[in-house]
Amino acid sequence: MNQRVGTDSSPLRFAACESASIPLFATFIGARRRAPPARTHRQIGSQLVGRRILAAMGGLDSSSMETDLDRPNIEEYLTTETIREVPKKLHLSDLLDISPTLTEAAGAIVDDSFTRCFKSNSPEPWNWNIYLFPLWCLGVVVRYGILFPASFSWLVSLSNLISCMFCRVGVLALGWIVFFAAFLPVHFLIRGHDKWRRKIERKLVEMMCSVFVASWTGVIKYHGPRPSRRPQQVFVANHTSMIDFIILEQMTAFAVIMQKHPGWVGFIQKTILESVGCIWFNRTESKDREVVATKIREHTQGVDNNPLLIFPEGTCVNNHYTVMFKKGAFELGCAVCPVAIKYNKIFVDAFWNSKKQSFTTHLAQLMTSWAVVCDVWYLEPQYIRPGEIPIEFAERVRDMISVRAGLKKVPWDGYLKYFRPSPKLTERKQQIFAESVLKRLEEK
Amino acid sequence: MGNTSSMLTQYDIEEVQEHCNHAFSQQEIVSLYHRFCQLDRNSSGFITGDEFLSVPEFAVNPLSQRLLRMLDGLNFKEFVAFLSAFSPRISLQQKIECDHYVFIFPIFFFFILPLFAVEHHILFWVVLFKVYDFNSNGKVTFDDILSVLRDLTGSFISEQQRQEVITRVLEEAGYRRDSSLVLSDFMRILGSSQLKMEVEVPID
Repeated sequence: MNQRVGTDSSPLRFAACESASIPLFATFIGARRRAPPARTHRQIGSQLVGRRILAAMGGLDSSSMETDLDRPNIEEYLTTETIREVPKKLHLSDLLDISPTLTEAAGAIVDDSFTRCFKSNSPEPWNWNIYLFPLWCLGVVVRYGILFPASFSWLVSLSNLISCMFCRVGVLALGWIVFFAAFLPVHFLIRGHDKWRRKIERKLVEMMCSVFVASWTGVIKYHGPRPSRRPQQVFVANHTSMIDFIILEQMTAFAVIMQKHPGWVGFIQKTILESVGCIWFNRTESKDREVVATKIREHTQGVDNNPLLIFPEGTCVNNHYTVMFKKGAFELGCAVCPVAIKYNKIFVDAFWNSKKQSFTTHLAQLMTSWAVVCDVWYLEPQYIRPGEIPIEFAERVRDMISVRAGLKKVPWDGYLKYFRPSPKLTERKQQIFAESVLKRLEEK
Repeated sequence: MGNTSSMLTQYDIEEVQEHCNHAFSQQEIVSLYHRFCQLDRNSSGFITGDEFLSVPEFAVNPLSQRLLRMLDGLNFKEFVAFLSAFSPRISLQQKIECDHYVFIFPIFFFFILPLFAVEHHILFWVVLFKVYDFNSNGKVTFDDILSVLRDLTGSFISEQQRQEVITRVLEEAGYRRDSSLVLSDFMRILGSSQLKMEVEVPID
């Protein structure tokens, strides 16, 4: 992480970043290794350089570049090495030899880069000997018995109201009470002075988020200049859990784009977060994208709106990797301010595996651990460069965020968690194979 | 080991190792077990086709459907046995235990086998053959080869060109269009090529 996060993005820097990550993709032939030979990465980098130079010189048609770079790195990562430089005559053995394809499939079964992004990495158990185990038991008692609950019998028996203050659920409950006591009158009674109302509501939401953070004993370090409220800007961050939003909201009242959730979370979304100007979407609706895109555009134009926060990954990832960013936030024509978030694993694994646990369970897990420690970096606002298409811009910003937070990049779309990959990827492989067969057929 | 418990005992590991003819080390088997549990989302003890397809790298493979036929509903032992075809460890054991494999292959293998330079685990050849032999009758015909080539090339070669290619290479190798290939033919044809079918199991 000793690379300067800044404006210069020479392609070599991109390639250098790649070499920092563990190679996660199979090539057509052969053994999957933990650390790839360095030349593979440089090849990838140079291929990208070549593409970009061609594009810059107008050598490639821009629309074909768009479709080509729909998944900018896939072809490079799944590079075929079966295409030899000098095509030889086609024999029966070549035709029947499907071993590269089979090896790739088997490699994917054994280990694949996409599933790794969503693996919960629980820390090594440290309580395994006779000295540490009683200490660990004591810790459990403190975390679950003292810090977490706020049952009245406990209060009465201790007859110490102060202890309630240090109980997390107590803190949270108190926070909610104060919040609603202030929010509801402000929201419903102060009708005329919208500006004041908004300001107070914003402050209250910030306060509520601080209460949340306090309830997990959150230790958050913010680096970089605080976000300012200006039009024509959008904030993007990597996504690990819904608490990312709360952590960022504590500092500045953002308007965020969120998936609509059921239950009490949905209730809060409807009542409170409306006031900060949040935008909802539904992953499963296909027409939703255009509607949301329009809403986003309107929001960034508005002068008085809260700064917009988008999580371009579209799904929660386990804070070791970043998946591909969706280009929606990057084609608005305004400044993109990257925010990098990194949680400290030692205290708690903050990854919310939405398939395995509900948000309530996740919150309870956070509240029964010692602390939530994380770093937040506000990075320099980026603008789209002339000749750069939104997908390249998204990749550049993802690069910045990954470097800052020490995450590895993966060329898969986060939505593959919910949907199957597009047939275009299979077709690309078929095309490569078909071309090689045809080329060799012509050799006599 | 019908249901996936979260712990593997030493006996389990040794049993699985026996079953796959020691193609994997004990550490690799533990690693594969974690992977199996990760893929088997609903902890049913076997991985369904759908769960395999949730791995995007597998789903974009042109031969995924053919492999799924062999992979669907495998329990852990069978899963490791399948993957042993891709083990980099060269199996010097020529003894084939019939009851371990769900595939059919002729018994005269015991005699044909030593004649060829078998550098790969026997299961490797069986998997390769099974991908072609869709209706599992032990014979690969012109149509079988055509259908695999169709999967591999998609719409980027015309049907006529495909048929032309296959007819030409078959004739060149001394077969007719209506001849059918058996496993030993495959081994003979491909035995001299540099086949790379090795996958390394990452050990956490």
